[in-house]
Amino acid sequence: MAQLVSLSEAIAETVHDGDSVALEGFTHLIPFAAGHEVLRQGRRDLELIRMTPDILYDQMIGVGAARRLVFSYGGNPGVGSLHRFRDAIEHGWPRPIEVEEHSHAGMANRYVAGASRLPFMVMRGYTGTDLAAHTNVRPITCPFSGEELMAVPALNPDVAIVHAQEADRDGNVQLWGIPGVQKEALLAASRTVVTVERTVERIEQRPGGVVIPGWVIDFVAESPGGSLPSYAAGITQRDNNFYREWDVISRDREQFQAWMEAHVLGGVTA
Amino acid sequence: MTGRADGGLAASGPLAGGVAEAEYTNGELQTIVAARSLAGKRSCFIGVGRPSTAALLARMVHNPKLVLVYESGTIGAKPYHVPLSIGDGELAETADLVVSVPEMFNYWIGPGQVQVAFLGAAQIDPQANLNSTVIGEYEHPRTRLPGAGGAPEIATGCEEVVVIAPHSKRTFVQELDFRTTRGDRTTLVITDLGVLRPVDGELTLTTLHPGVSVEQVRENTGWDLKAVASVAVSPAPTSEELAALRELVSR
Repeated sequence: MAQLVSLSEAIAETVHDGDSVALEGFTHLIPFAAGHEVLRQGRRDLELIRMTPDILYDQMIGVGAARRLVFSYGGNPGVGSLHRFRDAIEHGWPRPIEVEEHSHAGMANRYVAGASRLPFMVMRGYTGTDLAAHTNVRPITCPFSGEELMAVPALNPDVAIVHAQEADRDGNVQLWGIPGVQKEALLAASRTVVTVERTVERIEQRPGGVVIPGWVIDFVAESPGGSLPSYAAGITQRDNNFYREWDVISRDREQFQAWMEAHVLGGVTA
Repeated sequence: MTGRADGGLAASGPLAGGVAEAEYTNGELQTIVAARSLAGKRSCFIGVGRPSTAALLARMVHNPKLVLVYESGTIGAKPYHVPLSIGDGELAETADLVVSVPEMFNYWIGPGQVQVAFLGAAQIDPQANLNSTVIGEYEHPRTRLPGAGGAPEIATGCEEVVVIAPHSKRTFVQELDFRTTRGDRTTLVITDLGVLRPVDGELTLTTLHPGVSVEQVRENTGWDLKAVASVAVSPAPTSEELAALRELVSR
């Protein structure tokens, strides 16, 4: 049964140096506040997992918290490059980072395998591209038809962290709008944290709402606005201007560090 | 998208019926030509930037029933504004249905439920294979690009792939630095200079935008580009198309 705790307690209980951590959110409900708390607690050597590492992972990579990145698309959507991500891969700053990359379909199926507690999923893909030779996939023959398919290995992160609109007092959670891959990430992980915009007396299921029962969640923490500058449909708005501003802030190493110090780390030595 | 296709290249072309020439950029024409390619199509998968603008324009001018599919899981989205990201709230609010990412790829894209895909890329080769992964060596890239995203399975799942790219030697290369996405299903490549189509397995110039020469296209292509015997010319934007496009981007 989920415990309702503070954000700092939830992170302290679940995320340790060296862990594999998936902070999921496909362009919506990105758990910024939780990611920032991970950084304030000084976690290092993380294996960061996410389909779409955007600004949050750019920040986490830029302060040197990640030793490895597993992903399928590393860009600032609609704006351009992630400069800290690029600097880490192209120049090893502030530390070299190992990457394992997939297609979106590959990553999504890796989470599905993880949530299903199966060793792999089968899909059509990777064949005829250079991705296959640079990542962890293996060809497999269909035992029924003989068709050559691709197997992608299960993704079972140590920790999954997602953001949702609401939770009740038993830690049952509901999210709505673009659901991404959050349910799969939670069910695939060993330890789980959900941050929420608000706590309600009772969850009333909405059309298109995804309800996740509190008994598969370890910790729920209230974090109003916790996905900004991303958004929580129906509650907060995506700050498109910040996504554009980030392009400028993140281009320069010193400017990036000053911004992180002022807005995220707040004097904590990370 | 790069800024180049919008860059200053003011062109003008004669309108049908001797109407006064309208000023437009080659970037605007590229978007308009892309929108025209969606006339009569059932559904289109789109990313952000120019493809999104073109698809919204197609719904305004050519094909109001066109189903727009964004990889964030929004199927049948009808946004009023050109979205900045594929996850903008307006997409989910206006969609016929919103699905998870695994469902999007396993039930909709992989099995070919979406007819046309608009894709972009940093590099494209003569067989229309695409690179969106790295420039330089994979282990030590000169430029690290965002990576595959949904493109590889979109390009093998959808019936027809339309590539929208700025026409330059940097983009149109003989050999890719990395093959991210296969070009087998590409039927059209729409640039700011003209249109290429596969002929005997090789991208070939079939259409020029008004005022562009075959030589100019060749100079901006990184391989020995062939052209069909009689290259067509894209009709200049109609006043309706231009007005709709400008109104759309001003929203």
